Amino acid sequence: MSQPLKFYFDFLNQSSRALYILLEASKIPFEAIPISMLKGEHLTGEFRDNVNRFRKLPAITDHGYQLSENVAIFRHLAREKLVPEHWYPRRHLGRSRIDEYLAWQQTNMGVATTEYFQQKWLVPYLQKTRPADNAVNLASKQLEHTLNEFEQLFLNSRKFMMGDNISYADLSAICEIDQPKSIGYNAFQNRNKLARWYETVREELGPHYKEVLGEFEAKLKGSGSGQQQGVAQAVKQ
Amino acid sequence: MSKAIKYYYDFLSQPSRALWIAMKLGKTPFEDCPVALRKQEQLTDEYRSINRFQKVPAIVDGKFQLGESVSIVRYLADKGVFSEQLYPKTLEERARVDEFLEWQHFNVRLVCSLFFRQVWLLPAKGLAPAPKPESVKKLIKDVESNLGLLERLWLEKDFLVGDKLTVADIFGSSEINQMKLCQYNVNEKQFPKVAKWMERVRDATNPYYDEAHSFVYKTSQQAVKAKN
Repeated sequence: MSQPLKFYFDFLNQSSRALYILLEASKIPFEAIPISMLKGEHLTGEFRDNVNRFRKLPAITDHGYQLSENVAIFRHLAREKLVPEHWYPRRHLGRSRIDEYLAWQQTNMGVATTEYFQQKWLVPYLQKTRPADNAVNLASKQLEHTLNEFEQLFLNSRKFMMGDNISYADLSAICEIDQPKSIGYNAFQNRNKLARWYETVREELGPHYKEVLGEFEAKLKGSGSGQQQGVAQAVKQ
Repeated sequence: MSKAIKYYYDFLSQPSRALWIAMKLGKTPFEDCPVALRKQEQLTDEYRSINRFQKVPAIVDGKFQLGESVSIVRYLADKGVFSEQLYPKTLEERARVDEFLEWQHFNVRLVCSLFFRQVWLLPAKGLAPAPKPESVKKLIKDVESNLGLLERLWLEKDFLVGDKLTVADIFGSSEINQMKLCQYNVNEKQFPKVAKWMERVRDATNPYYDEAHSFVYKTSQQAVKAKN
């Protein structure tokens, strides 16, 4: 039987991975509908008219109600579905802290990881060329700076970003970091706190995370063919 | 009696203005704490103890400190001191407002901010020369492709999320208004819906809208006079 909640995603996209893991870990029934950005499936008229007028991923339809944008979808799920409290806790103003991180991520971590991924992997893949050293170096510097800020601003002596329990901030952040990490970037050099936090989050997320990350990395390795139209604009929404 | 929330802002910052207008309009009680970005007061150690990101806007509520404008809106709404019309409680409307606030980051906000930085802010601070005409053309092209998205995808009704004003409108129009500092005004013929919507937002939020934009208006008028 088809589920009222349909989730449109591509594991090439950080937010798609984070939301997919959240849905699985929260045991929310949903219909998973993979969309290949490398084949330009998000750019079709059908996708625009029936799923998301912005032609971006991830997206959901819930009882016919269409919604896009990672954080908007997350907040919708937190309000409407049985998302365990630890992902978005009411106690100790946890929600505000998570909102604050997600807003910071959007214009900092998200920009830096995407730019590096695009320059190092996506643009060369699309154009069938070598990565441009200059562009990769610039992106690498920006990423270095952002990861340092992330470590200073958000990681402390506690296990997770918001304390002793994992939250959506951790899940979202680890998926961002995996974007450059999966194409060979060493995020942990001289960043012990970051390395420790990453391991803790990875262990806590368990098999759902492992499976999704595995699929993402397989996609990177197996992307030798297929149409390459319009990916760049959608890899990061 | 509990102390009023302290609001740290500068009208030069688009989200600062938007949040100030929304709080005034919705009668959120707060204490004005201006931070002069032009004097780099946000970079002082004193301000870092208020907001570790060293940006505006920020709030302090008792011992609780919070940065990032959209997080502040949600916090105030959860606390019950933010207008329900501006940030609706109903699931679908709130999700739509959230959707716009996320969408605009990489669309309207990104291109308008870039245009403002390159054309006005960096040259005004002496950090970069005035951009070449072809660079300005390219920046305008990016701005207008986003105004086109706003026109086509968002403005089916009077406001961004239906028939009533929400924070989405206030935040969106504040971003576009920033470009007045660069002598850029929305072309009514090219973007009739956007132009009318900007007027509607201004009418619906005055006198606070004009007060918050007074620096933008004054500076852009001075620049026009200097040109003539």
